[in-house]
Amino acid sequence: MQDTLTKKLFDVDNIRKDFPILGTFSNGKPLVYFDNAATSQKPVSVINAIGDYYRNYNANIHRGVYSISIKASDAYESSKRKVSEFINAKSDREIIYTRGATESINLIAYSFGADNVNEGDEIIISEMEHHANIVPWQELCKRKNAVLKVIPVTDTGELELDEYIKLLSDKTKIVSVGHISNTLGTINPVKDIISIAKAKNTNICCIVDGAQAVHHTKVDVRNIGADFYVFSSHKMYGPMGTGVLYGRAELLEAMPPYQTGGDMIENVSFSQTTFNEIPMKFEAGTPNVEGAVGLNAAIDYINSVGFDAIYVQESELLQYATEKLMEINGLRVIGTSQNKASVISFVVKGLNAFDIGVLLDGSGVAVRTGQHCTEPLMDKLCIPGTVRVSFAFYNTIEEIDIFIDALKKAIGVLQ
Amino acid sequence: MDKTINEIENEIIDEFNFFESWQDKYEYIIELGKKLTNFPDECRNNEYKVKGCQSSVWIVTNEQSNKIIFKADSDSTLVKGLIALLLRVLNNRGADEIINAKLDFLDITGLKQHLAQTRANGLAAMINKIKMYAIAYKTKHESVN
Repeated sequence: MQDTLTKKLFDVDNIRKDFPILGTFSNGKPLVYFDNAATSQKPVSVINAIGDYYRNYNANIHRGVYSISIKASDAYESSKRKVSEFINAKSDREIIYTRGATESINLIAYSFGADNVNEGDEIIISEMEHHANIVPWQELCKRKNAVLKVIPVTDTGELELDEYIKLLSDKTKIVSVGHISNTLGTINPVKDIISIAKAKNTNICCIVDGAQAVHHTKVDVRNIGADFYVFSSHKMYGPMGTGVLYGRAELLEAMPPYQTGGDMIENVSFSQTTFNEIPMKFEAGTPNVEGAVGLNAAIDYINSVGFDAIYVQESELLQYATEKLMEINGLRVIGTSQNKASVISFVVKGLNAFDIGVLLDGSGVAVRTGQHCTEPLMDKLCIPGTVRVSFAFYNTIEEIDIFIDALKKAIGVLQ
Repeated sequence: MDKTINEIENEIIDEFNFFESWQDKYEYIIELGKKLTNFPDECRNNEYKVKGCQSSVWIVTNEQSNKIIFKADSDSTLVKGLIALLLRVLNNRGADEIINAKLDFLDITGLKQHLAQTRANGLAAMINKIKMYAIAYKTKHESVN
């Protein structure tokens, strides 16, 4: 009943008008954009906010005495407050802007890792992680002679929590897992994963890679219990080049800077330099004001659509596409958890994912093919790669029909 | 007299001009890919693999009367089709001819733009490999002489 009501309030045709690119053509066909897990498209409000910044108040921030610099500084700070409210952080001091989720994880690995991980310590990640949540930890382990432990994944694409519990030990210093898998769509029980770690030892640092989550579901970092939560603006309808690192204030205060330079200092002399307070301590150099302004507008946009409507629309797309795909002979969906976001990976017996992707492109359908930066997961599942379709709330059932027709045609040509 | 590299490249360009849509060009390449079946199974291993992000290519060579013979394969039918076109141009030629081949047909037909420029499919890596083999054979001959 509630769903029906939400559905009625949600008009996808109107929503699509907010995204100029959705009205364009690709290879002579209307663009069907199903690569939202790689990056989302941008509503006109985000595009205009960035244009407005450059047209009307572009200036360096935090140091100008003149009006447009003050206005730009206010816009930057107001974006931080928006993000802080969006994920229910305690304060905007806990929000650090980075280049993306990848840089956020690297920052934690370098800065938190520098003082808190030592020889023989253990870091736990999972088999379904994106390379961005694997390689920074591998490198930290190399620097510190620490040990990387990996939570295995079941055949349906879920984390084996029993095995996770066995991996936790007195040496565990960090647990870092993805909220939603970019390849499988699995929504991981991050709250449980964190409470299990904290029950073992409250000092275990718990990190969540939320790059695939913040635009699908309401995230409350304090409810989840995360010490750090990272995500990227460009996957949540905001501009590229901006990412968020949320960290609990007391952890951030204790951490050494990641990069040094302007804006992150308090006083500089050749005998001694003291660092600024958080969050500026972690934001060396002129920040990406354009990105902050765009992200602010993106959050406003998400809030105006509402997570209830987003959930209803994306669930419907996921269910419909899954059913239609399952009807195709020789097609196997990879990742069949009951708890999934609108991401579907699949393989077709005897066919190469790249070939399918190229032929779909010929029909105007944009999908991702390959390993999705999750090579260890592909090895575990013994597949060379998948075709991945990922939906946003602006996608439609009609687009799925176009995709399914194009897919059947591609399979026919390739077989 | 065997055709020159340029003559064969021109033949391919003419063939592709014949197709009206990219859909038709893809289907033609796929047909070529399906017909490329002479790769020895026992060589489909890491030793002969040129790894791409999305598809892999395997390539073996030998030399007969100063001509280099290539056999190649891929897990992608489209890439196999591209291999078939490349080998039609470069197979059974002397090292110098291969080294100097500009392979303009990839640009002129639009194949490069549509398929070959992406690092993903291993085609660029395969062209490099073919040229490296040719350089290696040439060096070997020069050191013998």
